[in-house]
Amino acid sequence: MATVLEMKGITKQFPGVLANDNISLDVEEGEIHALVGENGSGKSTLMSILYGIYRADAGEIYVRGKKVEITEPRDAINLKIGMVFQHFMLVEPLTVAENIVLGSELRRGPFLDYDQAVREVERLSESYGLKIDPHAKIQDISVGLQQRVEILKALYRGAEILILDEPTAVLTPQEVDDLIEVMRNLRAKGTSIIFITHKIREVLAISDRVTVLRRGKKVGTKPTSETNAQDLAEMMVGREVLLEVKKDKAEPGEEVLQIRNLVVKDRRGALKVNGASLAVRRGEILGIAGVEGNGQTELVEAIAGLIRPESGQILLNDRDITQWSPLRIKQAGLGYVPEDRHRRGLILDYTVAENLILGLHTEAPYKRRFGLQDFRATKDNAAKLVEAFDIRPPFPHQPARKLSGGNQQKVVVAREFDRNPDLLICAQPTRGVDIGAIEFIHRQVVAQRDRGAAVLLVSAELDEILSLSDRIAVMYNGKIVAVMPVEEADEHKLGFLMLGGRLEDYQAGGGNSVAG
Amino acid sequence: MLDRMKRIPYHVVLAPILAVLLAMVVGSGFILTVGESPFAAYRVLLQESFGSMRGFATTLQRATPLMFTGLAVAFAFRAGLFNIGAEGQLYIGAFAAAWVGFTFTNLPKFIHLPFAILASMVGGAIWAAVSGLLKAKFGIHEVINSIMMNYIAYFLTDWLVTGPFQGSTMIPETKRVAASATLSRLMPPTRLTTALYVALLAAAIVYFIMWRTKLGYEIRAVGLNPTAAEYGGISVARITVAAMAISGALAGLAGMEQILGLNNRFIQRFSPDLGFMGVAVALLGKNHPVGIVLAAVLFGALQTGAAAMDRLTSVPRELITILQGVIIFFIAAEYLFSRFLKVKGEA
Ligand SMILES: Nc1ncnc2c1ncn2[C@@H]1O[C@H](COP(=O)(O)OP(=O)(O)OP(=O)(O)O)[C@@H](O)[C@H]1O
Ligand SMILES: [Mg+2]
Repeated sequence: MATVLEMKGITKQFPGVLANDNISLDVEEGEIHALVGENGSGKSTLMSILYGIYRADAGEIYVRGKKVEITEPRDAINLKIGMVFQHFMLVEPLTVAENIVLGSELRRGPFLDYDQAVREVERLSESYGLKIDPHAKIQDISVGLQQRVEILKALYRGAEILILDEPTAVLTPQEVDDLIEVMRNLRAKGTSIIFITHKIREVLAISDRVTVLRRGKKVGTKPTSETNAQDLAEMMVGREVLLEVKKDKAEPGEEVLQIRNLVVKDRRGALKVNGASLAVRRGEILGIAGVEGNGQTELVEAIAGLIRPESGQILLNDRDITQWSPLRIKQAGLGYVPEDRHRRGLILDYTVAENLILGLHTEAPYKRRFGLQDFRATKDNAAKLVEAFDIRPPFPHQPARKLSGGNQQKVVVAREFDRNPDLLICAQPTRGVDIGAIEFIHRQVVAQRDRGAAVLLVSAELDEILSLSDRIAVMYNGKIVAVMPVEEADEHKLGFLMLGGRLEDYQAGGGNSVAG
Repeated sequence: MLDRMKRIPYHVVLAPILAVLLAMVVGSGFILTVGESPFAAYRVLLQESFGSMRGFATTLQRATPLMFTGLAVAFAFRAGLFNIGAEGQLYIGAFAAAWVGFTFTNLPKFIHLPFAILASMVGGAIWAAVSGLLKAKFGIHEVINSIMMNYIAYFLTDWLVTGPFQGSTMIPETKRVAASATLSRLMPPTRLTTALYVALLAAAIVYFIMWRTKLGYEIRAVGLNPTAAEYGGISVARITVAAMAISGALAGLAGMEQILGLNNRFIQRFSPDLGFMGVAVALLGKNHPVGIVLAAVLFGALQTGAAAMDRLTSVPRELITILQGVIIFFIAAEYLFSRFLKVKGEA
C-alpha cells in the first residue's frame, strides 16, 4: 500500500507548553489510523498543523510523496485533506445540501444551483452509504447527523485524507456504531482516515494502526492487531491503569434527594420530564441510563434550579427546593458537573483560577467585606486544586479556553467535588476525557460516595453506568421506567428498557424484542 | 518574533493605533482632492490640539464628556449589553444636575456641587435602569428600548425647558445654576474644569469595580457566558439592571459636565451626540478604561483641531467627521487586521 501522508519531526511550541515535540506520523492509503493519547498530549495541535490552522515551528509534511507547505485550510483542502472538528462549523438555518456545498457553490448565473447541489449530495451519500435528507435544516437534525454532514462536506471537497477529531465524544452508542460503519465504507473506497479518540474499545474495533502521543512526544506506532487494551492504556499514560472501577459495597443511608412526580418542559415548551419520581440516598451512586433526549438533561437542570418545573416536588435533605434559585440550591449542598462544560460549566475566557470559584464567589473567603474579591484566596484555591486534580498545564492564570478538553473537565470536577456536597450530580462526567483522567474521576466519584455524598450519575456510556453505579434507574420518554440494583442489570437488559421495553416483558420474553 | 507578538494582545493595543493611522491615510486622499497638502493639514491639526497648553486644555475639555460616555457604553458592554441609550441618560442626568444647581441656591459649594454631581448620576442611573428592567423582565432588547428611552428623554426635557422650568427669557433653556454648583476652571480662559478629575476618577473606579469586586466578576461572567453565569448562581436579570444603572450613572456624569462645567444651564437639545460618540470611543478604547481615556483624548483633539484646520487651510471641518467615521470603520473591520498581522507575523 502506498503512503499518502508523512509528517516528519513536527514541533510546535505554545507559550509555556511544548505541544508537539518532534512528532512523526505516516498514513497509508485506505488506512484507518488511530491517534490516541492523554488530554493535552498534542493530538489536536498536530492535526491543526496538518490542516493549516497552526504553523509548525519545525518539521516537514509530505503528501503523496511531495513536500508541501500548508499555511491555511485552503491549502489542505487543495491537497485533498479534510477535517471534522469536535465542534461543528455548520450554518444552522441552512439545509444539509446548502451547508455541504457552501464555499464551493455550484452556480447558475449568480445563483446557487440548488437542484444540482441536492443531486450532488444524493450521489455522495449514496456512494459512501451516508444516509441523509439533503433538504433537512441543520437545526432540526441530531448531532450524529450533523457530524455526517461535516463528513460529507469534506468528501464533497474531494477529501482523500480525512481527519476526525474525537468524533465519537458527542455521539450516542447507536450513533457510534453507525459512524464506525461509515468509516469502514470510506476505507473500502480508499479514503485514509486519521481517527482521534479516547476510547480504547473504538481503537481496537476499527483501526489498522495506532499512534500514541504522550506529553507532546510520540510514544510509538503499532499495528492494532499487535496490541491490546491494557498495553495501549499503559502506552498512553506511562503507567499501569486500572480499567475497572474498584469500589466496596455501598452502605446507603437516608434519602438526600427525593423527586416526586416531576413535570418539566424545556425552553421551547416541549414536555421533557413527564411525572418522574426518584430518590437518591446518602452513600450510594444512582446511575440514570437512557438514550439521550429522554429528559435526563431537563431533570438535572430542574434539580439545579436552572429550569422551573411545571409541577411536582424536589426535596434536598427534606427541604422543598423546587422554587429555589440556583445559588440557594448550591449553598444548600448541591455539587453539579453539567453535561455541557462549554455552555454551562465554564466561562472559557475566564482564567482557570476564576473558573474555580464560579458559584463560590459570593461567599467567604472569595468575597471580602464591601463586595471586594479576595485574590489571595482565589489564587490559593487554584493552586491547591490544580495540584490535587492534576490540571495540566498547571497555570491558574491561563484562560480556560487554552486547556485541552479533558483538562477543562477537570477544572469543573475539581470545583464541584472539592466543596464536599451532600448531593453530587455528575452529568456525562468523563465526556472527552482521557483514560487516565477517567480513572481519576471515577475514583473521585467513589470517594465522594464513601464520604457520604448522594451521587446522581447521568451518562450515555452504559459501561460507565454499569461500572460506577450501585443502583440503576432507566429513563425513557420523561419517566423513570425501572430502578434496579446494579447486580440485576446488564447491557442487554438496559438497552431493552432504554428503547421503551417493559421490565415485565423482558423477564417474560427474555428481552428479545422491544414491545410496541 | 511571533511569540512575542502573541503575548502582547496586539488586537488590544495595535489594532486601534493601526485604525487611526489608516484613517489618516484615507483622510489624506480627501485633503488632496481639495488641493491641500495632507502634511500641512495634519500639522495644523496637531499644533492646534497639542501644540500649546491652551490647545491641549481645550482638547482635554472636549475629551472629558467623551470619557464619561465611553465608560458608560463600555461598562454595559462588559455585561453583554449594547447601551445605545447613553444620549438619553445624559439628558436626564444633565437636567437633574441643572435642577439641583438652580434650585438649592443657598447651599455652600462643598455640599451643593457634590449634590448636583450625585443628582446627575442618579438621574442617568434611573433612566438606564428602566432599560435594564425592560430587558430583564420583558425581554425587550436593550437597543430597541433604549432608543425609545432616548426619544422620551428628548421630549421630556424639551417640555421641561419650554414649560415649567423655562428661564426668564423666551429661549428654551433653564435658569443659570448657582455659582456654588459650578465646576472650577483649571486653566482660564479655557473651559477645562475639574470635571476632568471626576472623569479620571470614574475611569479608575470602573476599572476597580470590573476587576476587583464580586460585582465585576459577575458582570463580566454574564457578558462572556450568560448560561454559565446562571449555572454559577448569578442572577442574569439582576446583573442586567445593575450594569445598566451604573452605565447610566456614567452617562449622566457627561451631562453634568456639560451643565456645571460648560453651559451653566440646561439648553434644549444641547448635546452634540455625545452619547452616540461614546459608542465610538468605547470601541476604539477596546472597552478598557485606559483605552477609553486615550480614545476620548484623540477624539477631543480631532474636534479641537477641526476648527483651526477650517480657519487656516481650505480643508473643511467636515474632514474630522469623515476621519471619525473611518476610524470606526477600521475598528469594526478589525478582523482584517488580525488576518493581516497573522500572515505578516508568521511569514
Ligand atoms: N492556542 C493555544 N495556546 C496555548 N496553548 C495551547 C493552545 N492550544 C493548545 N495548547 C496547549 O497545547 C497542549 C496540547 O493541546 P491539544 O489540544 O493538542 O491536546 P489534545 O491531545 O488534543 O487533548 P484533548 O484530548 O484533551 O483534546 C495542551 O497543553 C494545551 O493546553
Ligand atoms: Mg483535542
